[in-house]
Amino acid sequence: MIAADLLVAQNVGFYLIAAIMVFGAFRVVTTNNVVHAALWLVVVLAGAAAQYVLLAAEFVAITQVLVYIGAVMVLFLFGTMLTRAKIGTDSELNNKNWFMGIPVSVLLLATLVIALNDGFGDEQLPTDAAVTTTQQVSDQIFGPYLLPFWALSFVLLAATIGAIVLARRD
Amino acid sequence: MLLNQFLILGAILFCIGVYGVIARKNAVLVLMSIELILNSVNINLLAFSLRNGSTDGHTFALYVIAIAAAEVGVGLAMVLLMYRNRRSVGLDELSEMKG
Repeated sequence: MIAADLLVAQNVGFYLIAAIMVFGAFRVVTTNNVVHAALWLVVVLAGAAAQYVLLAAEFVAITQVLVYIGAVMVLFLFGTMLTRAKIGTDSELNNKNWFMGIPVSVLLLATLVIALNDGFGDEQLPTDAAVTTTQQVSDQIFGPYLLPFWALSFVLLAATIGAIVLARRD
Repeated sequence: MLLNQFLILGAILFCIGVYGVIARKNAVLVLMSIELILNSVNINLLAFSLRNGSTDGHTFALYVIAIAAAEVGVGLAMVLLMYRNRRSVGLDELSEMKG
């Protein structure tokens, strides 16, 4: 049985990290500097990794740090620096009718929040759940989910070959 | 912890990502918004995995991370090709297929 003060600490941690993540995500879609957007995206991805730890998913959290913050962000920064002559603020990052995104996303958020509150209300997560070990995850991947794993390997191979073929200069 | 707080965090990130996809013109920023959307899906998968006491969600979250990496690789290769051909990464200039 977990003590009540640990639950309070978990909740405080959740809301702190969630506020940082939402602010970072907001800056990703509003900033006028592509490099700043990439760095704010790092904040959001690191916050997501922290939330995975709160959800007792350590292996996924570490994979998130390695793959997203390590590899994907380097790809993004390379893409930014190879495609933009000037690094700095740029007022032409948005569409002409960018404001149409606001009603769409606000309506979508309202619908989702109403549906989630209706469906799950104040359902509690189990507090005594054991941390999922890497062994359990690997037993899943190499057991019942082996076929999607193979398919995923082919997707990665095709993506690698495709990226090389697309990006090489000939 | 409530289940709903994780789901609503995922919903907020999803909607911010959708706004980014709609509002942004720069192709690299659109790809970043898609990463936000994929991350919100991962938070949902792991929250439901903890709620149901199973590890299926972890497996799918790992698969989503791998697919996202592949998608970014191909996407940025396409952005590079686009920049090489027309010296711009504005998505509104790709209008040859318009009737």
